[in-house]
Amino acid sequence: MTYEPVIGLEVHVQLATASKLFCGCPTTFGAPPNSQTCPVCLGLPGVLPVLNQRAFELGIRVAVALECRVAETMKFDRKQYFYPDLPKGYQISQYDRPLAHDGHLDVAVNGAMKPVRIHRAHLEEDAGKLLHDPNEPFSYVDFNRAGIPLLEIVTEPDLRLPEEAYAYLVELKAILRALGVSNCNMEEGSLRCDANISLRPAGASALGPKVEIKNLNSFKAVKDALGFEIERQQRAIEGRQTIVQETRLWNARAPATEPMRSKEEASDYRYFPEPDLVPFRIDAPAVEAARRALPELPAQHRQRLAETYGLSAYDAGVLAQSRALGALFEQAVAQYPKPKPVANWIMGDLLGYLNAHGQDPDTAAFQPAWLAHLLQALDGGAISGRTAKALFVESLERQRDPQELMQERDVRQIVDAGELERLVDAVVAEHQKSVADYQKGKANALMFLVGKCMERARGQANPQQLRTILERKLTISREAAL
Amino acid sequence: MAVVTPAEVQAVAFLARVQLADGQAQHVAAQVDQVLAYVRKLQAIPTQSIEPTSHVLPLANVTRPDQTVPSLAPEEAVRLAPDRRGHLVRVPKVVDLS
Repeated sequence: MTYEPVIGLEVHVQLATASKLFCGCPTTFGAPPNSQTCPVCLGLPGVLPVLNQRAFELGIRVAVALECRVAETMKFDRKQYFYPDLPKGYQISQYDRPLAHDGHLDVAVNGAMKPVRIHRAHLEEDAGKLLHDPNEPFSYVDFNRAGIPLLEIVTEPDLRLPEEAYAYLVELKAILRALGVSNCNMEEGSLRCDANISLRPAGASALGPKVEIKNLNSFKAVKDALGFEIERQQRAIEGRQTIVQETRLWNARAPATEPMRSKEEASDYRYFPEPDLVPFRIDAPAVEAARRALPELPAQHRQRLAETYGLSAYDAGVLAQSRALGALFEQAVAQYPKPKPVANWIMGDLLGYLNAHGQDPDTAAFQPAWLAHLLQALDGGAISGRTAKALFVESLERQRDPQELMQERDVRQIVDAGELERLVDAVVAEHQKSVADYQKGKANALMFLVGKCMERARGQANPQQLRTILERKLTISREAAL
Repeated sequence: MAVVTPAEVQAVAFLARVQLADGQAQHVAAQVDQVLAYVRKLQAIPTQSIEPTSHVLPLANVTRPDQTVPSLAPEEAVRLAPDRRGHLVRVPKVVDLS
């Protein structure tokens, strides 16, 4: 029997505000423990939370970008449970009147569009951070995160494959970044994802017992954990074992999902309206204004790049994943109007470098003019492909125009044909044995001679060009000898 | 009319981390019943023409600008914690991540 996985995702995104959701404490990442707290976010008696206007607006911005229905009236509720990272004994969240509901997001998976419905999006405050020391029977609490504004975005269980979950997350992140609502940094906890998954016999409509997977630190972890969980549940069903509805943690080292053993039990949150916060009304003109103010979203961006510059869907997708990359591409093409090589350099050399050095494309400072100058020099034959690559890295690292670097160090390639001929003649005269070897049919000898020519040219020649000259000269001398 | 059962009282007591002595659940259940019976008087009032509300104040959209204000000093923030190490609050281990 074949089974169909049913997957839903819950994403928590930290909204980019200077202060917390209900108090004026800063949200700076990495501050010393418990240095960003106050009586409001610590839940001390006699305090009143007041909603951060910007968090409210950023939430609406996401809601309209995901084509949600924005609530005419939303309210906050208390979600009550005991946990050491929750100073008030409840989390201020939204229960039955969330900010937005019924949206959707189309994601491309293996060349086909997969529509994913958004169940709801609501505002809530984050909890504190628990630090665990494996060698001690204690945990430690830092409340700096307590009260940080989050938007929780919940999908309907529309996803069927780990790859679809992955594609959804990539697209959602691209949208959130295009909207400028979050830095989406997973290492800093600005973007977190929990996955729900169950299996059912193919064709059935009822859902099987649902397992929630937590501790997913990357999109890859989401994909891997879902893949693991599908196999685990399938084996369990086939072995006539019951699947327990539970929360499991992804252990990337195992790699496996493991049941979460927690002393926290019985999740009955007893939600009730937060009496300290009045309701919020969002009128139609405000929603309309937010919709009009939307920037170009990744899907539109991709389409425009593909149509305007004749790029493949793949290339357009890579370039549109970051606003900065897309802008770099368009500005470089304005100065060097060959879209394909510009795209290749950005996707290959720039992204390769950034990925290798763990840098974010959005903050990478590489000037469009630099790329244009480099490609012009390469086109004109002034530098070799190899020199161009080295110059590219150097200009990125030293934040300098490659043109300046070229002038400064005279890395220009020897293009003067006469000079190259003389150079090759000198090498041929010095290495008669290799010449003879080549003429006897040892192809390697040619590579050796090219290497010697490059040495003599101090790397400033085009090896392909040298090879052509060498082949010509050696063939002539061979024919002369015969 | 008994509505609340001792088992429900036990469940809520557990969620609220309230310890009940033997037999106390029965007693509390009866008391909660009395409270609910009193509140039930409200059901006699016609409310068809009244909009549901989650709040008694005639206010909406109270927000503050996104501006930071100084936080408490870490020393001050953890002063009330029963146990600590440096400026971290120390608590019994909560999740066994093995």
